[in-house]
Amino acid sequence: MIQIPCPWCGPRNVTEFHHYGPSATRPSVADTTVEGWHRYLYFRANPLGPVEESWYHAAGCRRFVAVVRDTHSNQITPAEGAER
Amino acid sequence: MKNGHTSDSDSARASSGRASRRPPRRERYSALQLVSKGLSGGDWPRVWEHRDLERRYDVVIIGGGLHGLATAYYLAAHHGIRNVAVLDKGYLGGGGSGRNTAILRSNYLTPEGVRFYDRSLKLYEDLAGELNFNVMFSQRGHLTLAHNDGALRTMRWRAEVNKLQGIDSEVIGPDEIKRLVPRLDTSDEARYPILGALYHPPGGIIRHDAVVWGYARAAGRLGVHLHQNTEVTGIDVQNGSVTGVRTNRGTIAAGTVVNCTAGWSTLISDMAGVDMPVTTSPLQAAVTEPVKPFLDTVVVSGTLHVYVSQTDRGELVFGASVDPFTSYSTRGSLEFVEGLASNVLKLMPSLSKMRLLRQWAGLCDMTPDYSPIMGATPVQGFFVDVGWGTYGFKAGPVAGEAMAEHIATDRVPEIIAPFGLDRFETGRLVGEKGAAAVGH
Repeated sequence: MIQIPCPWCGPRNVTEFHHYGPSATRPSVADTTVEGWHRYLYFRANPLGPVEESWYHAAGCRRFVAVVRDTHSNQITPAEGAER
Repeated sequence: MKNGHTSDSDSARASSGRASRRPPRRERYSALQLVSKGLSGGDWPRVWEHRDLERRYDVVIIGGGLHGLATAYYLAAHHGIRNVAVLDKGYLGGGGSGRNTAILRSNYLTPEGVRFYDRSLKLYEDLAGELNFNVMFSQRGHLTLAHNDGALRTMRWRAEVNKLQGIDSEVIGPDEIKRLVPRLDTSDEARYPILGALYHPPGGIIRHDAVVWGYARAAGRLGVHLHQNTEVTGIDVQNGSVTGVRTNRGTIAAGTVVNCTAGWSTLISDMAGVDMPVTTSPLQAAVTEPVKPFLDTVVVSGTLHVYVSQTDRGELVFGASVDPFTSYSTRGSLEFVEGLASNVLKLMPSLSKMRLLRQWAGLCDMTPDYSPIMGATPVQGFFVDVGWGTYGFKAGPVAGEAMAEHIATDRVPEIIAPFGLDRFETGRLVGEKGAAAVGH
């Protein structure tokens, strides 16, 4: 069973969370190219190994949680500089 | 006895060593052979031959699953390109080809998708004869249940698109569903009452290992080299053209490299410096103990995230939607089994005493529009046949046929033209989310 360390609720089952993945920076509509916009829409890094990503604690405190997860083993540790 | 046997076969191999480059004697499988070998106790030849790894091939295919083997087979059979190697980091058919739930159908949502998957179904219908291998294709019919008005509307939409493409597909009501699958709870009292279903008679199930072995045997007979336990660790690109691959068994030169992997497709494309709009998520499946045949058709419920079929051995095979997060882990979870059991019992309450035998997971390369990515890339000579999400197995033959034509003729076959990597720049997506999988 995968548990996510919620800084507000403690370790909770992964089924309480929604996966949002690595955060992508939305380009400014004013000065991005069409290609840049398509890259933002469709392309995501898909690495094998540790990824910093956010999860939303939907069935709990309803806050976003930043963690580092190894996509091979699903081992999760709190992200550096995560709140609390 | 054992020693004697070993030395016998060793000497046989040594004496035939010089001739090992010649394609082995072609031996056809037939009922007559089965009877004669059964009576005489004769040995069957190896299904595919072991060949030495060469330093150069015309085409190197990465991934020894259905797609890689089918591409190799059609390159050799249709286009005479036989200096081909298929590399797999594990064993043939050990990835998605051996982990799917072996369901075939072509009742998709877009005209491009329907045309493409139906060509695959046609190839599957003649596959046993073409490959001289019993692939056990059983066209037992395929039902996609609708539990609400929205789903029923999508089924009607799909049925009309399907009919326009000449495909046997129609919406049926609860009475007809009950007649086809008496065990289904079609009453109004069900937690999710069944309002109707999309019925697709040509759909069915097949033995997925046999399809892989059949293509491997047929490709091997045509001179294709199949290399297992050969992991690609890098792809060499010079001046924008691919020049070869690096593996754990040394470097191989090749002017054409095809990425036919699933699960690891972005990692392989990264080696060539080609970005992919693909993320990887596991999909879990499970199988029960065998029971007497009672389920004739394949039953799918999008609302309940489950699909069920009964194998020739009598086991029920269950599949679900992809896990709701990206991961390369193929470990099963308890949440999956709990959810699956609860959903199956909502459909067929009488299965409550059946026991699960095992569960497993496979990796699905999901694309933004739930359609695959096939064709050339910005790197000359580097082709991809990836992004197969939850629909790769049913498309294996057509993908192999079309990719082989693309590689051999350097022209994009019309049937895969909508699925190029460039569609994510032009925005011409082929949205199959409503028909490609359950639970989206």
